[in-house]
Amino acid sequence: MLHEPVAPVGKDLASDYKSRIGVWMFWLYAFIYASFVGINLLWPTSMENIVFMGLNLAVFYGFGLIVFALVLALIYNHLSTSREAAMNAEEASKGA
Amino acid sequence: MELMPVILFLFFVGLVLGLSFYFGRQTKSATSYFAAGGTIHWAVNGIAFAGDYLSAASFLGICGMIATAGYDGFLYSIGYLAGWIVALFVVAEPMKRLGKYTFTDALDAKFNSKGIQLAAAISTLVVSLFYLIPQMVGAGVLVTPLLGLPHAAGVIMVGMIVIIIVATAGMTSTTYVQFLKGGMLVVFSLALSIMVCQRGLTTTPDQAGTKPFYAYQTLAATASGDTLTLADPSWQLVGKIDAGGATFVKLSKGGAVTYWKKETKEGEATVQLRETQSLVVKPDGSKIINGAPASPENQLRQVGNLEEIRGKTGAEAVTGAIGPFELMSILGDSSTKARLWKEVKFKDGEDQVKIYTSYLVPGNKLMRPGMKFKVEGTTLEKIDFISLMLALFLGTAALPHILIRYYTVPSPACARKSTIVAIAAIGFFYVLTLYMGFGAMVNCVVNPADNNMSAPLLAKSFGVFLFSVISAIAFATVLGTVSGLIVAASGAVAHDIMDRYLALKMNEKQKVMAGKVSAFVVGIIAIILGIIFQGVNVTFLVGLAFAVAASANLPSVIMLLFWKKTTPHGIVASISTGIVVSIGIILFSPDMYALYGFDPKTAPIPFTNPGIFSIPASFFMLVAVSLLTWKEPSETSAEPLPIK
Repeated sequence: MLHEPVAPVGKDLASDYKSRIGVWMFWLYAFIYASFVGINLLWPTSMENIVFMGLNLAVFYGFGLIVFALVLALIYNHLSTSREAAMNAEEASKGA
Repeated sequence: MELMPVILFLFFVGLVLGLSFYFGRQTKSATSYFAAGGTIHWAVNGIAFAGDYLSAASFLGICGMIATAGYDGFLYSIGYLAGWIVALFVVAEPMKRLGKYTFTDALDAKFNSKGIQLAAAISTLVVSLFYLIPQMVGAGVLVTPLLGLPHAAGVIMVGMIVIIIVATAGMTSTTYVQFLKGGMLVVFSLALSIMVCQRGLTTTPDQAGTKPFYAYQTLAATASGDTLTLADPSWQLVGKIDAGGATFVKLSKGGAVTYWKKETKEGEATVQLRETQSLVVKPDGSKIINGAPASPENQLRQVGNLEEIRGKTGAEAVTGAIGPFELMSILGDSSTKARLWKEVKFKDGEDQVKIYTSYLVPGNKLMRPGMKFKVEGTTLEKIDFISLMLALFLGTAALPHILIRYYTVPSPACARKSTIVAIAAIGFFYVLTLYMGFGAMVNCVVNPADNNMSAPLLAKSFGVFLFSVISAIAFATVLGTVSGLIVAASGAVAHDIMDRYLALKMNEKQKVMAGKVSAFVVGIIAIILGIIFQGVNVTFLVGLAFAVAASANLPSVIMLLFWKKTTPHGIVASISTGIVVSIGIILFSPDMYALYGFDPKTAPIPFTNPGIFSIPASFFMLVAVSLLTWKEPSETSAEPLPIK
C-alpha cells in the first residue's frame, strides 16, 4: 500500500466473507427501499391505508425501514464478529 | 432578549471552546490533527457520527419541512438513514483499511495518481462547501430569535468560532464536541416528542396559555363579473392581484391596507375573502407587516393548527395526553384537517409583496408523500422524486466529513461497530423528527417566512428553558458539523493537494499549519455563502449536497472496491463527470431559478434533483474510460487491491 492507515491494521481473514454478506444485505435493503419508492409512485393512495395500530402504510413503512436497517446492521455485525473470531482461532491453531 | 437563552448559549459555546483548547494542547502531529491519532473508541465515534450527521439539516430542516409539507419532510429522514446501509455494508471497513487522513487517500491507495489526488481533493472541497451552506444558514436562523442578532451576525459568529475550534485542535476536539452534541440532541429531542404527546391536540393551540390563538377572519362578498361587493361596508376594496394560482384582493380599513385571498365555490355568486398575512417592502426599504409598520411587536404571526380533529372542532376536539401511535393515527385520519400556509410573492406597483396564505389539507393526504414531491404528478415530477430518493440513499457513504471519521478508530471492526451505533442513534432521532415536525405544525409555532426554526420554536411553546437548551444544542450542532466539514476540506487542501499532489516537502508541524490556514480560508468562504443563501430550507440544500457527493464520489469508491479493471483515468473521469453534471443540473433547475429571482418555469432543466442522471453518468464514464485505459498487469508489476 502506498499510503498507510493511521493505525496499523492487522490481517483481516474474514474480509471476503464480510464483503460478500455485506453486498447481499445491501441488495436486500435496496430492494425494500426501492419498493417503498415504487409504491409511492404507482399506488400513492395505498399509503393512506391503516395497517398497524392506527398507523397508515406510509408511517409504518417509514418506521419499518429505519428499524429494519438497525436489525440488518446487528445481524451483519454478529455474523462478521463470529466469522472473525472463528478464522482468527483457526489461524492461531495453524500457527501453533 | 431573554437572559436564560443567552446564558445557556454562552455556556455551550464556552464548553465547546474549552474542549477545543484542551485537546489543542495534545495536537502535535498531522495524524493527530486530521485523524485524532486513530485512537477514538468505537462507541464514542458512533455517537460522534450521529453528531456529525444530525446537522442543521436534520434538526432544523427536516422538522421545518414536516411542519409545512407533512410526511414529505419525513422522506428525508428515511433516505438519510437508509444511506447508512451503504456506508456499513459496502464502504466502512474498506475505507478504514485503505485510507490515512482523507477520502482521497482511500481512492488513491492503489495507484498513487496525481490525477486522482487533484480530482478527489476538488470533489471533497465542492461537496464540503455545498454541505457547509445549509449549516451556516442554520446558524443565522438560530441566532436571530436567540440573541436578537441579524442573520449575517449569526453566520459570522459560527464561522469565527468554528475557525477557532478547527485551527486549535482538529479532529480530536471535533469528535468530542460531536459526541456530546449528538447524545444531547437525541435525549432532548426525545423529551420534546414526549411533551408533544403529553400536550395532545386542540384546534385552538395557545402555547400553554402564553399566546392566545389568533382566529383568522373571513369576509362575505358577492361577485358580479369583475366587480366585487363586500357585505361589510366598513371595508374598502382598493385592488386585486392574481398570483401563485390564486386571486388576492387589497382591502383598506382605518388606513391599514391588508391582503385577502378570494375563495369561490363553483356556480355561486357569493365569495369568501380569507385573511392572509403580508409583508410589504417599500421602495425605501421600510417594511409593512399585516398593514402596519414592522417593529419588534409587529412581526408575522406564527401559524399552523388543526381545523378539525376527527371531524370535531372547539372544546369537544381537545384530546388531552395521547400515545405516540394514537397521535399519528389521528393526524392521518381523513376527517382531521390541518391548516397549512404557503408563500406567494409578487410586485404590487413599486412594492415587493410576500403573502402568506392558508389552505386546508385532510389528514390522509398530510400523512403520505405528495404535498412537496408530486408522486401523482407528471413524469418529470416523478423522476425528480426518484432522483431525490436515490441521492439520499447513495449520498451518505460519499460524504467526505463522514468518511474521514472512519480513520479516527483503531481498526476495521471498530469502524463497523461505530457505524452500527450511529445507525441506532440516528434512526431513533429520525423517528422523533416526525413527532417534532408535526408537533410544530399543529401547535401554531411555525414562522411562515422561514420554517427552519420550527423545532426550537416548538420547544419555546413548552417554556424558555427547553427552548434555550434546544437552541443551544442546535447551535452546537451547527458548530460541530461545520467543524467536521472544515477539517475534511482543510485536509483536502493541505494533505491531498499541497502535500501529495504538489509534493511540497513539509514536516509534521508545517502540515498542521497548512491545515489550519486552509481551515481559515474555507471558513471565510462558508460565511459568505451562508449569508447569500438566507431563508432557503436547509434540508433542501443538504439534499443537493448529497446528490453531488453521490455523483462525484460514490461511483469511484464502489468500482474501486468491486471492479478490478478500474483505472486512475477512469476514477478521474468519474469524479469530474459527477461534479459537472450534478452541479450543472442544480444550477439550471427550477428551484435555483426561483432563488435567483427568475421565473422557475423558464429554467432550462425541468427538475431539481440531479442524482438519477449524474450518478449513472459518473458510473458510465468510469467504466468507459477504464476500459479504454486498462492494461493487463505484467506478472512482476501485478499488485492486488490491498484489501486484507
